[in-house]
Amino acid sequence: MSQNQKPKLILENGLRTDGRKPDELRPMKMEIGVLKNADGSSIIEVGNTKIIAAVYGPKEIHPRHLALPGRATIRVRYHMMPFSTDERKSPSPSRREIEISKVIREALESSILVEQFPRSSIDVFMEVIQADAGTRLASLMAASLAVVDAGIPVKDIIAAVAVGKADGVIVLDLNEPEDMWGEADLPVAMMPSINQVNLIQMNGNLTPEEFKQAIDLASRGIQTIYNMEKETLKSKYIEFKEES
Amino acid sequence: MSVTPSNENIIPLIKKESMLVSLEHGIRQNGRKPFEYRPISITLGYAKKADGSALVKLGDTTVLAGVKLEEEQPFEDTPNQGNLVVNVELLPLAYETFEPGPPDENAIELSRVVDRSLRDSKSIDLTKLVIEPGKRVWTVWVDIYVLDYSGNVLDASTIAAIAALYDTKLPKLLQEGDSIKVIKEEKGERMPMNYPVVTVTVGKIGKYLIVDPDIEEEGILDTRLSISYTPDKRMVGIQKFGIGTFSMQEIDQVESIARQASAKILEELKKQLGIG
Amino acid sequence: MLSNENNNKKLYYQERTIVSPGDLIAEGAFQIPWSPYIYKIENKYYSSVVGIFEPKENRFEVIPLKGSFYYPKIGDTVIGLVEDIETYGWIVDIKAPYSAYLPGSSLLGRSVNIGEDIRKYIDVGDYVIAKVENFDRTIDPILSVKGKGLGRIIHGNIIDIMPVKIPRVIGKNKSMMEVLTTETGCEMLVAQNGRVWANCPSKEMEDILIFSIDKIEHESHIKGLTDRIKNFIQEKKGELGVTESKA
Repeated sequence: MSQNQKPKLILENGLRTDGRKPDELRPMKMEIGVLKNADGSSIIEVGNTKIIAAVYGPKEIHPRHLALPGRATIRVRYHMMPFSTDERKSPSPSRREIEISKVIREALESSILVEQFPRSSIDVFMEVIQADAGTRLASLMAASLAVVDAGIPVKDIIAAVAVGKADGVIVLDLNEPEDMWGEADLPVAMMPSINQVNLIQMNGNLTPEEFKQAIDLASRGIQTIYNMEKETLKSKYIEFKEES
Repeated sequence: MSVTPSNENIIPLIKKESMLVSLEHGIRQNGRKPFEYRPISITLGYAKKADGSALVKLGDTTVLAGVKLEEEQPFEDTPNQGNLVVNVELLPLAYETFEPGPPDENAIELSRVVDRSLRDSKSIDLTKLVIEPGKRVWTVWVDIYVLDYSGNVLDASTIAAIAALYDTKLPKLLQEGDSIKVIKEEKGERMPMNYPVVTVTVGKIGKYLIVDPDIEEEGILDTRLSISYTPDKRMVGIQKFGIGTFSMQEIDQVESIARQASAKILEELKKQLGIG
Repeated sequence: MLSNENNNKKLYYQERTIVSPGDLIAEGAFQIPWSPYIYKIENKYYSSVVGIFEPKENRFEVIPLKGSFYYPKIGDTVIGLVEDIETYGWIVDIKAPYSAYLPGSSLLGRSVNIGEDIRKYIDVGDYVIAKVENFDRTIDPILSVKGKGLGRIIHGNIIDIMPVKIPRVIGKNKSMMEVLTTETGCEMLVAQNGRVWANCPSKEMEDILIFSIDKIEHESHIKGLTDRIKNFIQEKKGELGVTESKA
């Protein structure tokens, strides 16, 4: 995907380069409990983006001076594997990864009921296995599912999607060419049942009217994704019920 | 790893209570109205060795931005435009808990947000920073140093960057036969600016929204949202900071509050920078 | 959806439904004890975990299906693994977010003498059965081994399970415990922190007990668990050709 010329993002038939309609999500796959050692874990695939996440804790914090008296400390690392991108990425953390780790941490902290575990730590690790647009949000969702899989109480599951503008059209769930060449990229993460936004960023260019349109589209996409997440969490137990 | 900060100041609970009571009456403890910005003062050319510089005060928050130009090769994917590099540093002299050393996640995030606003707004016409197409271009280093931390350094940093860029003159270029020579000692063209960009931060405390939080307010904010605007009211960057959340309705409100504030700040900038 | 409309109280799920975080489970003026598994905004109650919804007359609860940590409670019996020795006591892992402290005096009934090596009483790697004597949000749990049946474990085996599944291993009115002990002949102590001590008549019976507890852990949300476990043990005994225990 290292072309220098901007491709056409919206084709003559009104569809996108991957054949989707402007308001159509990429195919998604989610699974929880994928790692043996971690207290909670998950794998998420969104189109060709693939993330694995693991949670350890709540556990004793080291070094102990990091302990907070009234709540758990959350430690988060978002990391891209060197082979997750077209060009090899150096494994040492880039400024981009540092920023993303921070915004993911802040989003997660607003969902976890951190007051239940004073002086402890909850560690969350995300590894990008394949990067193909939307890695921060896929990682955040993977992390949220892994936290729930660990049995850590939360206000709600986090569902997230990026909306944006490509060739003048407001589109849902950006793909890589749209992410790279589009006019705007607006990632949004929410706790849908309590209508709270815990991550929002934008780069690019939108009028306030387009922005309103874009966040409306994001809300709708988020609802669909949220239902899939619930399905993923519950199906594990429902299958069992039917078997017996 | 990004870790929940543990060195944040302890805010007396009584203070939060009293702030909320004030807000209920439509006023802030610092005497400002909820949507009132602090006064901005700009001193251009504060650092004389820089190609452009500006000392910006937003209330007591003080930020110094300097621009340096260096001749470099263009990036492969942008052969016909100059490069832009933005860096924000939270200096130890600016605040008690700021530590020396490489930039932490807060400084990195600030840098990247300011960078995106400058880039995505197309404030600078990077295509005019070419010395020889495909071979030699200007790299614009915008270094922003926070000298006194009194809240909302992001908005102050964007203002400082823009002011310093408007203050910048490129080194003189001299055509010598087939080649173009750079005369570093002499100033030439002004930095090719299209228009300014501003960032407006709106904080949320309980159910109240306030513009341009100061340091005491920042200590008790649930969360804050920063939006960047161009003079024609395009949104060119959004970043949410902090642990709390917004409802979709609140985001809508923040956007309209920030947009109105942006118009005022842009007015002020145009006046102080003498731009049309 | 089951709507129980007295005094504007509504329950949104039927008994034993699997709920997940964010599910609105009830609305209204309920008087329910604080639970980590329920999140309340105004008069709306949401589940905070994946769990089973259990309404009971005017109350309801969510029973979590996963959770590998134990949250200490004063008075609980726990089985701890000794992980370090200090001058006057032991540091004990009880599967909680906090290490517990067992003071030497609790075991010795007197203070530890200066220079006394308490390693000879309890060493790193030993299991102890203890009670949580003190704990709150500000201090790490303090254990006590004063009392009958408490102290270092000298025989038998320990089976680890998720602490949230402990109530299922005990069962209603200890019904599951009853099945497990009578069917296998094992002696058992089920500690609140997700460890089960077992002393079995034979290695085969111990294995069967371990398989059974594993099955409880994985199928705790399916109805008829006690009967299933009973059948399972009898089947296994048949497979392994173990005769009825005499214990």
